[in-house]
Amino acid sequence: MTANKSEALGTFVIAPSELGSLISALREDGYEVIGPKLADGAIVHEPLESADDLPVGYDDEQEGGTYRVAKNGANTYFDYVVGPHSWKRYLFPPDQQLCQMRRQGKTFRLIETKQEIPRYAFFGVRSCDLHAMQVQDKVFDNGEFADPGYMERRKAAFVVVVNCLRPAATCFCASMDTGPRATGGYDLALTELASKGRHEFLVEVGSSRGEEIFAKVSGRPATEADQSAPETASAKAANAMKREMVPDVQALLKRNLEHRRWDDVAKRCLTCANCTLVCPTCFCTTVEDYTDLTGSTAERRRRWDSCFTMDFSYVHGGSVRRETYARYRQWMTHKLSSWFDQFDVSGCVGCGRCITWCPVGIDITEEARAIRDSEGSR
Amino acid sequence: MPAPKKPKLAVWKFSSCDGCQLQLLCCEDELLQVADAVEIAYFLEATRAQVRGPYDISLVEGSVSTPEEAERIRKIRRQSKILISIGACATAGGIQALRNFKDVDGFINAVYAHPEYIETLATSTAIRDHVDIDFELRGCPIDKGQLLEALSALLNGRRPNVPTHSQCVECKLMGTVCVMVAHGTPCMGPVTQAGCGNLCPSFNRGCYNCFGPKETPNTASLSAWFAKLGMDQRSIKHFYRSFNTNAPAFRRESEAHDKT
Ligand code: SF4
Ligand code: SF4
Ligand code: SF4
Repeated sequence: MTANKSEALGTFVIAPSELGSLISALREDGYEVIGPKLADGAIVHEPLESADDLPVGYDDEQEGGTYRVAKNGANTYFDYVVGPHSWKRYLFPPDQQLCQMRRQGKTFRLIETKQEIPRYAFFGVRSCDLHAMQVQDKVFDNGEFADPGYMERRKAAFVVVVNCLRPAATCFCASMDTGPRATGGYDLALTELASKGRHEFLVEVGSSRGEEIFAKVSGRPATEADQSAPETASAKAANAMKREMVPDVQALLKRNLEHRRWDDVAKRCLTCANCTLVCPTCFCTTVEDYTDLTGSTAERRRRWDSCFTMDFSYVHGGSVRRETYARYRQWMTHKLSSWFDQFDVSGCVGCGRCITWCPVGIDITEEARAIRDSEGSR
Repeated sequence: MPAPKKPKLAVWKFSSCDGCQLQLLCCEDELLQVADAVEIAYFLEATRAQVRGPYDISLVEGSVSTPEEAERIRKIRRQSKILISIGACATAGGIQALRNFKDVDGFINAVYAHPEYIETLATSTAIRDHVDIDFELRGCPIDKGQLLEALSALLNGRRPNVPTHSQCVECKLMGTVCVMVAHGTPCMGPVTQAGCGNLCPSFNRGCYNCFGPKETPNTASLSAWFAKLGMDQRSIKHFYRSFNTNAPAFRRESEAHDKT
């Protein structure tokens, strides 16, 4: 984990072939490199062995409920943006054993599960997702109720950012102030420079750890013209963004808890939970106890859960949020409003995943706008 | 001190294909443990030995589709402390409940050489429609992991971890790329209860709803999306008319698309 605003420790330019050297340098240093790969018609996050694993020349097209990747004929590495996976899979695994118990005569022995702390290098982290990690840091690194496994994995993780050059139609990071350019909190940040026959990468070094790794990669110091590239590219990407979150959404939702729009969205919402599970900041889990048939061993597991399930709000006598409107409202108001009260930050970073991966294309920006528009000019 | 008496387990068959009972035999490694933990008192597919009731745990496979079955399930209920219906037939009426939408006499006359030998009910229905049940395991067939989980839970006096949420949750836990969003393949996952171990989506197929309706299923919204993906009304109707066709949510939704 690195400081939020990094002092630039140098800016360099490398050839595309040096991406391979970077991945090798990370692997030689003992990192498990996780990055974008093409699988099952999507760009997913999987272990990378070399730069050959990276999808070259792919675009993604995203809309509410629709995602397609297609070859775009270019030789560029990072034209697509965020896919179905978020980095939380690695920092906050979907299913974890917490402890085991073994029966010993009339008593039992408790064995705490040793958490695995792999040294991950996340390769190709987009700015929204970097912000999402910082949001989850506030959730899991919070003193009294901290999650030591998360914190150790996060601290060990090396972050290679890729600045976005084009948004998907579902992106709205610009209006959430979380992108498209990362301004700190990374070890290395790459910006792909590909135009008019030129193909290079600008590398911004953001930490001393990044400096050590980058020493094994050959490049040249960036010129002043090179250095302005990320800002220019990012402004272009921000301008191309089709969606945005309405301003002051925190207060807007707070004063509209009984709005008729909740009933409207409830007609469409499937309560399938996809939005929460693809969201890079959602952190809810349930804890389940298992035994074997003979009752000689037991284990306690923690797995991802969602405010869209009935079990989630189950207390003695039944579930509290039975109606769909109540579940959708809980989710959306938490992301955009009560998260501020709880963690002093927005629970939404504008990555657009919940829009794309909602099977019926429900759009959090559109739901917010509908409520805002109903208020007229206040 | 005498060994504590083992709970008596019985496995009953109604109108069904035996596939769900087979899952118990498929437990292989764990089957010996099951046999160790319970006394298998009645399980014709595995042993001819029969021990008289009452039984501590009855697993009931199959739907009620004859007058004899309607009578027999009451007797079994009276003899069972805990009754668990297993599989799509027992929990929803099974594929044979397709007859519930048409005139059963028409089928009998068309299919059998001697219709007069056939004694059947007009409908095929779930065990729950006839007697109170204590728990149910969904699926066509049931998942052996869920079966073992339910038995372990019962034997150890704890709540079984058998969630009623959507199939989509399984996809996301496993990191499966959504076939509907990424490929445009119609998928029943958003209205189907999880439990199969994510079989179809992990092989790039849409979910066929083997595990029946999930809690609070919004079938109307999903059907509207199917239509957007290009499915016609008839195909949408047929999508709901399979193993769990008589589950109320699916029955209603299929009827809403029944224009013929
Ligand atoms: S709420 Fe939606 S857009 Fe916001 S961070 Fe979560 S998945 Fe991304
Ligand atoms: S908003 Fe979409 S993804 Fe979220 S629970 Fe509703 S239907 Fe599922
Ligand atoms: S593939 Fe089907 S079950 Fe899986 S997330 Fe998509 S809609 Fe849900």
